[in-house]
Amino acid sequence: MWAFIHKFGSPKWFYGISARLLPWCWSLAVMLILVGSVWGLAFAPADYQQGDSFRIIYVHVPAAFLAQSIFVSMAVAALVFMVWKIKVADMAAAVMAPLGATMTFVALFTGSVWGMPTWGTWWIWDARLTSMLILLFLYVGVIALRGAFTSRDSGARAASVLSMVGVINIPVIKYSVDWWYTLHQPASFSITSRPSMPVEMWWPLLLMVLGFYAFFIAITLMRTRNEILRREAGKHWVRELAAGGA
Amino acid sequence: MHPKRKQKLFIILGLVTLSAMAIGLTLYALRSNINLFFSPVQIAAGEAPVQRTLRAGGMVKEGSVARDPESLDVGFVITDYVEDLEVRYSGILPDLFREGQGVVVVGQLDGKGHLMASEVLAKHDENYMPSEVADALEAAGYSPADYGDAAKNTESAGGATY
Repeated sequence: MWAFIHKFGSPKWFYGISARLLPWCWSLAVMLILVGSVWGLAFAPADYQQGDSFRIIYVHVPAAFLAQSIFVSMAVAALVFMVWKIKVADMAAAVMAPLGATMTFVALFTGSVWGMPTWGTWWIWDARLTSMLILLFLYVGVIALRGAFTSRDSGARAASVLSMVGVINIPVIKYSVDWWYTLHQPASFSITSRPSMPVEMWWPLLLMVLGFYAFFIAITLMRTRNEILRREAGKHWVRELAAGGA
Repeated sequence: MHPKRKQKLFIILGLVTLSAMAIGLTLYALRSNINLFFSPVQIAAGEAPVQRTLRAGGMVKEGSVARDPESLDVGFVITDYVEDLEVRYSGILPDLFREGQGVVVVGQLDGKGHLMASEVLAKHDENYMPSEVADALEAAGYSPADYGDAAKNTESAGGATY
């Protein structure tokens, strides 16, 4: 039953399968983001109250989705690493953290730029904004903790524990706008409920969200491959690969 | 599953569950401090401190905005459709400020139940609409806010709708 997880955990197998997946993920990501951003920024109609500043949604919402999804993926990878000792899971978790931190920063920054004209303030300590800032600190903490140990294994384990415990922040972020009075509005984009915007605004947003996810998968696969080569540099199959030429 | 791995899994799940409970209880205990603003109902019930800076939130009542033509002074009423709160403000209002719009007001309550505001923030809801659609709705005798309410269907959780 657990054979699959061990097979997937073999760095050599992962290296092979990811090479075949990568071109698909990259072309999907580039295509979706290109079409989505041109559609969203140039062709979608302006909002009746916010005018053109609403277009920040096409970066803000996908970035905020990714910021949270990457943390959950990192925590799952950390769990797999801690319980089943799968090294590839730890490598994936290690390369995901900087991307997640970047996405969190992008979400906070774009939100701030949107908040100034819309709300009249760059920043307010409401539950959604504060919990998102905590997410950024958690990412920074995970990255710093991993680097703080001389032994790579101790660093990996400390970072894993922090990502698994830190995942508690994710439902707090998601439901903060429902649990408390906040300045931030409830979710505009959801797969499960009726869209709160007309289709000509919603479609480009959907493409952008899917495009950002494809980008996340592509870049994680690529960076995990690099990490495999770096950590397994002494292994027979890597040497053979290097000897065989690029 | 290997017993050692099973043990490890249970330790991790236990750790995460305990931390979640600790954080959940903390947030529950701090719930009134985490709320960004008081609603007019809470202020009417005397839950808000007098002569200390606080935030109040609600909808700007239709027809309540009164501007002083000589200065930047403006008075308006915010409401949660149960209680009303009178607000006095002197300064520039955000672009999105209008009647029927949600706002968060920073200021102090005087003894008479008026809020002396030092800052007014507009609150945007989760609904987006092209201007042509908004115009068409208005021409048909609906307000864009009605569309928003309809979009939310039956979901009407108190403060979340501001």
